[in-house]
Amino acid sequence: MIKDQDFLEAKASYCLDVAKRIGATDASVTIGHSISETVNFRNKNLDESNRSDGLAFSIDTYIGKKKSSISSSNLLDENLDTLIEKCYETTKITPEDEFNSLPDKNLLADKLKDLNIYDNTHIDNDKKIQYLKELENIASEDKKIINTESSFTEKKTNFILANSDGFCSGYKTSSFTTSCVAVAKDENSMERDYEYSSKRYLDDIKDPQTLGKMASNQTIRKLSPKKIGSEKLSVIFDKRIAKGMLSAFASAISSSAIARGTSFLKDKINEQIFSNSINIIDKPDIIKGLGSKNFDSEGIKSETLNLVKEGVLKNYLVDTYNGRKLNLQSNGRSGGTTNLFFENGKQSYDELLKTNSKCIYITETIGHGSNLVTGDYSVGATGFYVEDGEFKYPINEITIAGNFKDMFKNIFLANDLDFEFSTNSPTMMIQGMTVAGK
Amino acid sequence: MSNFFTKSDLERKDAESIVSDTLKNCDDGELYLEDSKSESIILDDNKIKSSNYSSDLGFGFRAVSDEVVAYSYSNEISKDSLKSSSENLQSTLKSVKGTYNNEIPKSNKKFYSDINPIEQKTLDSKLEVLNKVNDYLRKKDGAVKQVTANFLGEHKSVEIIRSGGEAITDIRPLIRFNVSVMLEKDGRKETGVYGIGGRQAYDNYLQNDNWKSVCEEAFRIASVNMESKPAPAGEMKVVLGPGWPAILIHEAIGHGLEGDFNRKKTSAFHNLMGQKVASEGVTIVDDGTIDNRRGSLTIDDEGTPTEKTVLIENGILKNFMQDRLNARLMNTRSTGSGRRENYRHVVLPRMRNTMMLSGNQTQDEMIKSVDKGIFAVSFGGGQVDITSGKFVFNCTEAYEIINGKIGSPIKGATLIGDGPSILKEVSMVGNDMMLDPGIGTCGKAGQGVPVGVAQPSILINKMTVGGTKL
Repeated sequence: MIKDQDFLEAKASYCLDVAKRIGATDASVTIGHSISETVNFRNKNLDESNRSDGLAFSIDTYIGKKKSSISSSNLLDENLDTLIEKCYETTKITPEDEFNSLPDKNLLADKLKDLNIYDNTHIDNDKKIQYLKELENIASEDKKIINTESSFTEKKTNFILANSDGFCSGYKTSSFTTSCVAVAKDENSMERDYEYSSKRYLDDIKDPQTLGKMASNQTIRKLSPKKIGSEKLSVIFDKRIAKGMLSAFASAISSSAIARGTSFLKDKINEQIFSNSINIIDKPDIIKGLGSKNFDSEGIKSETLNLVKEGVLKNYLVDTYNGRKLNLQSNGRSGGTTNLFFENGKQSYDELLKTNSKCIYITETIGHGSNLVTGDYSVGATGFYVEDGEFKYPINEITIAGNFKDMFKNIFLANDLDFEFSTNSPTMMIQGMTVAGK
Repeated sequence: MSNFFTKSDLERKDAESIVSDTLKNCDDGELYLEDSKSESIILDDNKIKSSNYSSDLGFGFRAVSDEVVAYSYSNEISKDSLKSSSENLQSTLKSVKGTYNNEIPKSNKKFYSDINPIEQKTLDSKLEVLNKVNDYLRKKDGAVKQVTANFLGEHKSVEIIRSGGEAITDIRPLIRFNVSVMLEKDGRKETGVYGIGGRQAYDNYLQNDNWKSVCEEAFRIASVNMESKPAPAGEMKVVLGPGWPAILIHEAIGHGLEGDFNRKKTSAFHNLMGQKVASEGVTIVDDGTIDNRRGSLTIDDEGTPTEKTVLIENGILKNFMQDRLNARLMNTRSTGSGRRENYRHVVLPRMRNTMMLSGNQTQDEMIKSVDKGIFAVSFGGGQVDITSGKFVFNCTEAYEIINGKIGSPIKGATLIGDGPSILKEVSMVGNDMMLDPGIGTCGKAGQGVPVGVAQPSILINKMTVGGTKL
């Protein structure tokens, strides 16, 4: 059973009391508990079961403008005493930083909305096994599929965030995640692809047949890929990777990157960085949203932010510390974005594919080729060659490259947005990228 | 050494009997206990940005029957907690009829000492070094606009209790020191990053002000990048420098030679044992036994002593890297490659220090032989799709080669290649093998473990360079 609010609150207030008693001027503590149960299948047989049950504790102690932190998984009072003492001793010899402080009291979340992000349903491992059996039966139907691996994870968490200004709040969340990775083989190649489904509520995850069929189809269509020549081309990003563009954007507008001067988007507020058809929104209160939250990791109320409006950058993602440095008020984004998305474009998916007589459609990228200081981007890619809107053949062992500053201005979006992840994009086209192959 | 049983109602003999009872009809399994302490001190933007200390204690209980692994972990070491894990394992592995394999090799060799690097140096003295780094770099050049420097220290005690009560222990120190510098000149910004580390005390790394050489190297890389031009796009010859660029070996070859992917036949190498997979003269080993290296281990996380495993000998595929489970299912022995990030994770076959050994050519000969290509000296991360064999890595310092001479530095670009064929494209192997500076972390199935790499300079006939210049 997941620990209840009373247990976590009692531990949190114990920690705050200890910190105050030994001399900390302020303190902030997080106590979390999570339980997850996973069943893994491989080739229609049970492969692994995994149960985890973990408590976590972290505390920041302040002495004026000095701050230090400690974390541990051992919540016995005796251990907490020792660690908080150690944290306090470390704080004493840590230099002052004028920007260190607890968050503004008047920005703290005062009441919690019910975001429907906790489903109390428990699904037994036997039922998970049943789901995975059905899934793998479908996924391995085609004889080109030579290996399937699938998993089903149920996770429940609860936490309390409390600070010495009187803030004390937290809530439960749940997630149910199923996935299938398939390997297909023909005379020319062996390829892997996947599909997964992750939801707050058990009843919302994809049914096993759909998931298995998608994993299988997506893998088989990658067989016998070709390598194409090097040229400038329009690149279409499948939804599952288009969201990566948003994640890079979010990292570049984090107040820490801006304050440190290490982002290519520094000093770009109120400037046109995308074409004027682009809107980017971060919305924390989507019902059942995978990124939904009531407050950020400091307790500050999260509200909807229009990050980009008609192509113009309107907001950074601001936390208390970096906000003070930049002379900005926190907008409740300590710990990052919530449910981040591009608004739909005007064209349909088919229209987007037909924009150019030839282009490539990318389903997977590999490598860590985003440089957020310069904006340079270069990654390995696999996908399909597209002519007149039709998938002609799979391609691999190519790279796609550009610079975010140019790429952002050349983004065109389809109107097929859905909310499968916490960060979501419609299908995306970026014109004029360099494709390197043969 | 941590005593996991002093502050708990769980006594060693109880733990032993729960382990033996739970595993009696299983093929393998163990109770893994871990007590780790770590610290991270970061200087950033002219200030000590954070000093964190973390202490983590817990156990992972594993039961293995045939191909099936049941695993349960908890961070509460108590009789109740271990019993409930035992029940959880037994509910997964109902009615199994295996025979527990009691055999586990022994060794007295140790590859690092039982020190606690966190306690060996005071916080004050670490803060002092970080502040010196910041001052040194900012005074060095007005173009230095940002400096980040950090210390990471870890001290991990592990104990493995097998059925029958056999206990195996290890104490593992690990440190890392890293410097990142950003330069800004005429509106252009570039960064350079360099770090060092290993299973030793900080002082072994920071004596005689050698933190300065780390600063110099980070600064040098950033300065080179300030002059960089767009990288070329397309297939061309690539010369790799010695040392850290061996992450190419790690990505292109290493992952594909891990036992699990080959038992499951999902690796592009699974049917190539005994065959020629690399040019003559190419020998690759995975070695857990080099003193004080980041990827070294006295025993792996199943208790097997590590070894130097020959993966490819003179071009021929000789061995995969194995943990106990995959070794048993493939009728071979563990190579001491069973590793886990911590007690929360199951064991997987992983790399330790993966090295290509020296040949007899020089880097000069390689450069001179190239009409058009690139010379890659330093890398960021890499990644591989072990099924298709395609792998990438990102250059952080590279130059163009024109008519046998090194030309301008080029912007960071991704290089992509095909694992099973890349080593056949190696046409020269240098005589200058070098170990990396001790900074690598390898990710697999969501678990990060410290690793090392090494190689001499090599010439690759053909790779695709992912630049922007056609």
